[in-house]
Amino acid sequence: MSAISSPEAVAPRRRRRWGRALLPVYSWLVIAYLVFPIVIMMIYAFNKTIGSMQLVSFSWNGFTDQWFKHWSDIPGLTQSFWLSIRLGITSTLISTVLGTMLAMALVRYRPPRFRGKAAFEQIIFLNIAAPEIVLGASLLGMFVSLNIGRGFLTLVLSHVMFSIAYVTVTVRARLAGFDRSLEEAAYDLGANPWTTFTRVTLPLIMPGVLAGALMAFALSIDDFVTSNFLSGASAPFPVWVYGVTRVGIPPQVFVFGTAIFAVGIGLALTSVVLARKKV
Amino acid sequence: MALRAEGETAGPVEPSERTPGKAARPGRTGRILAVESADVEFVGITKEFHDLTAVDDLNLKVEAGEFFSLLGPSGCGKTTSLRMLGGFEEPTRGRILLGGQDVTNLPPYRRDVNTVFQSYALFPHLNVFENVAFGLRRRRFDRAEIRRRVSEMLEIVDLPNYEKRQSSQLSGGQQQRVALARALVNEPKVLLLDEPMSALDAKLRRQMQIELKRIQAQVGITFLYVTHDQEEAMTMSNRLAVMWHGRIEGMGSPKDVYDNPTTEFVASFLGASNLLPGTIESSAADVVRVAVAGGATMHVPPQRVSRLETSDDVKVGVRPEKIGIVERGSDVPATHNAITGRVVVSTFTGVGNQYIVETAIGVNITVYAQNIGHQSAPRSGDEVILTWPVEHTFTVAPLPTSVEINETEGD
Repeated sequence: MSAISSPEAVAPRRRRRWGRALLPVYSWLVIAYLVFPIVIMMIYAFNKTIGSMQLVSFSWNGFTDQWFKHWSDIPGLTQSFWLSIRLGITSTLISTVLGTMLAMALVRYRPPRFRGKAAFEQIIFLNIAAPEIVLGASLLGMFVSLNIGRGFLTLVLSHVMFSIAYVTVTVRARLAGFDRSLEEAAYDLGANPWTTFTRVTLPLIMPGVLAGALMAFALSIDDFVTSNFLSGASAPFPVWVYGVTRVGIPPQVFVFGTAIFAVGIGLALTSVVLARKKV
Repeated sequence: MALRAEGETAGPVEPSERTPGKAARPGRTGRILAVESADVEFVGITKEFHDLTAVDDLNLKVEAGEFFSLLGPSGCGKTTSLRMLGGFEEPTRGRILLGGQDVTNLPPYRRDVNTVFQSYALFPHLNVFENVAFGLRRRRFDRAEIRRRVSEMLEIVDLPNYEKRQSSQLSGGQQQRVALARALVNEPKVLLLDEPMSALDAKLRRQMQIELKRIQAQVGITFLYVTHDQEEAMTMSNRLAVMWHGRIEGMGSPKDVYDNPTTEFVASFLGASNLLPGTIESSAADVVRVAVAGGATMHVPPQRVSRLETSDDVKVGVRPEKIGIVERGSDVPATHNAITGRVVVSTFTGVGNQYIVETAIGVNITVYAQNIGHQSAPRSGDEVILTWPVEHTFTVAPLPTSVEINETEGD
C-alpha cells in the first residue's frame, strides 16, 4: 500500500494509528489504577510525621528515610510481621504438598479406585467459593468446642485449609496435559516410582506447583478474616495493622508494606526471566 | 544404497536424517555391545479389559537375537502384548518368560527390557545427553563411564555431538534416534519397539527401516517390533506373527507367511490376495482338486492346503504377481491353473501394469505384471486367460461371511 502517493489513504491511516494507540493507553490506565494505592503507600513511607506520636498523617511533611532506618522500632509490629512470614511459609509448604497430591489423585484416578472423586471436586469448588467469614466463624466454633487454644497451630490449620484448593486447581491444570508415557519411559529405564516422581513428574509440573505455592503464600500473608478469628495472643501482620488503625498507623507499617510489595515484584520478575530462559 | 540416492535427488535433506554413510563403515559392523540377548516366551497369555479380550491365549516364542514383528490391524492385541512384556499391563492369565525367567509379576523397572515408545516419550526437561544417560544413572555408573557410553551410542544412531540439544529442537527422525539410543544404551536383553515409525513420513520411514535393521545386526539385541504396516514388518523381520482379535493367525519368516498364508485373514492382510470360493473335490498325495464356482477346477499342492476339518469349503488363493495374463485362445501349460475373464481396468504404474480382470464366476482378480517391455499390454475390454503355476496356488479356510477384514489402520 502506497499511502504516501494517494491523499485518500491518509484518513484511514490516521484512524488506524489512533486504533493502535488505544490498546496501550487502555493497558496503562488499568495498570495505573491497580498500582496507584501502592504507590501512595510507598510515597508516604518516606513522609515525616508531626508531633511526638509518630503516626501516619496524609499531609506531606517532608522527606525522611528514618522509618526505613528504624523499621523494627515497634516491637508488636515486627513480631506480627515475622509471625506472618512463619505462618505463610509453614502453611504454604503443607498446602503445596497436600494440594499437589490431591491434584494428582484427581487427574489420575477414577472410581472405583478413587471413590468419592466427584464429591472431592465439589468440595474443592465450595472451598474456593465459600465466604471466608463463614470459614473463620465455623473454625473458631470448632476449635473452641474441641478446646484447642488459639495460636500458631490453629492459624496454620486454617491457612492450609483455604490454600489447598488453590494449589490443587493450579497443579491440576498443569497435570491435565501431562504425557503419561513419560512416566512409563522412566519406569522402563529402571526408575522406581519415587525416582520417577522426583526426576520426571515433579520437574515437569514444577511451574504449576510453584504457581500454586506462590498463590498459597500470597493468600496466607494477607489473610485477615480467618486469621482475625483464630489468632490468639499474638496476631499476624494484617490483624495487628487492623488493630492499630483505631489508634493510628505507625509509618513502619508502610515500610513493611513496601518491602512485601518489593519482594512480590522481585519474585514475579524472576519467574518472567526464568520462563524466558527456558524457551 | 538406492535409498540414499533417492533422498539426494529429491532435494536437500537434513544431514542427520539421511541414512548415514557409517552404515557401510568397515570394521564397525561387528557387535559393539557385549550384550547377552535373551529369548522371550509368552505362555498362555490372556489379557481382558472389562468385557473385551485384547489378547487371547497367546503362545509365542521369540528367539534370542531375533528381529521379530507383531503385525496386525489396530485393536488386534499387538501393542497390549508388547506392553505386558514391558510390564505396563498385567496379564489376566499366563506367564511371560524372559531368558527362561518368569517376569510376569515384576514391575517395569525391574525388567531387563527397554522400550522405544510410539510417541518417543523423550523427557522434555532434559537435553539429549541426559535423556540417553537416564537409564545409566539409575544403575549408578560412574560419570566417565556414562559419558563414554552415551557418546558411543549417539554415534551408533548417527547423532554425534547432539548431547547439548534439547529434544524440542530435534526433528521427528532425530527424536526417534534419541529414543532408540536411550533404550539401547542400557543393553537390554530385549528391545521393544511400539510402532516407532508411525510419526515419520514415508521416505524417512524407509530409511529408518534399513537403519534399524543395521543397528539390530550391530548390537545383536533381540528386537520385538510392533507395527500395522505389513511392508515394514516384512522388510525388517527375521520372523513375524500376524495377529487378529488377540490371536496369532500366522507366524513364520516373512516369505513363509506371505507365500503360504494359513488363514484368509493372513492372505488378505499381508499383501494382496485373490481368493476364489470353492469346494474340495478330491485329495491325492500329489494334488488336491478344488472346484471353484463357475465349473473350473484348480489344482493345489497338498502341502499348501489349509482348511477346516469340518468342511470342504475353502478359498483358493493366488498372489497378484504370480499370475500371467495371455490372450484368449492361447495354450495353457498342464502345470498351470487357468481362468478366463475380461480386463476391466488396466493401470500403468511405472514398474508394471495392474489389471483388474472380471471372471465368469463373478470374482474380480487383480494381476500385477512387471514392466519388462516386450509384451503389448492388454487393454480394458480384452478377453484374456489368467494362468499361474500350480505350485503358487494355496487354499485357506473361509471366514464366516459376516466378518469383515478391515485393512485400513488408524491407531
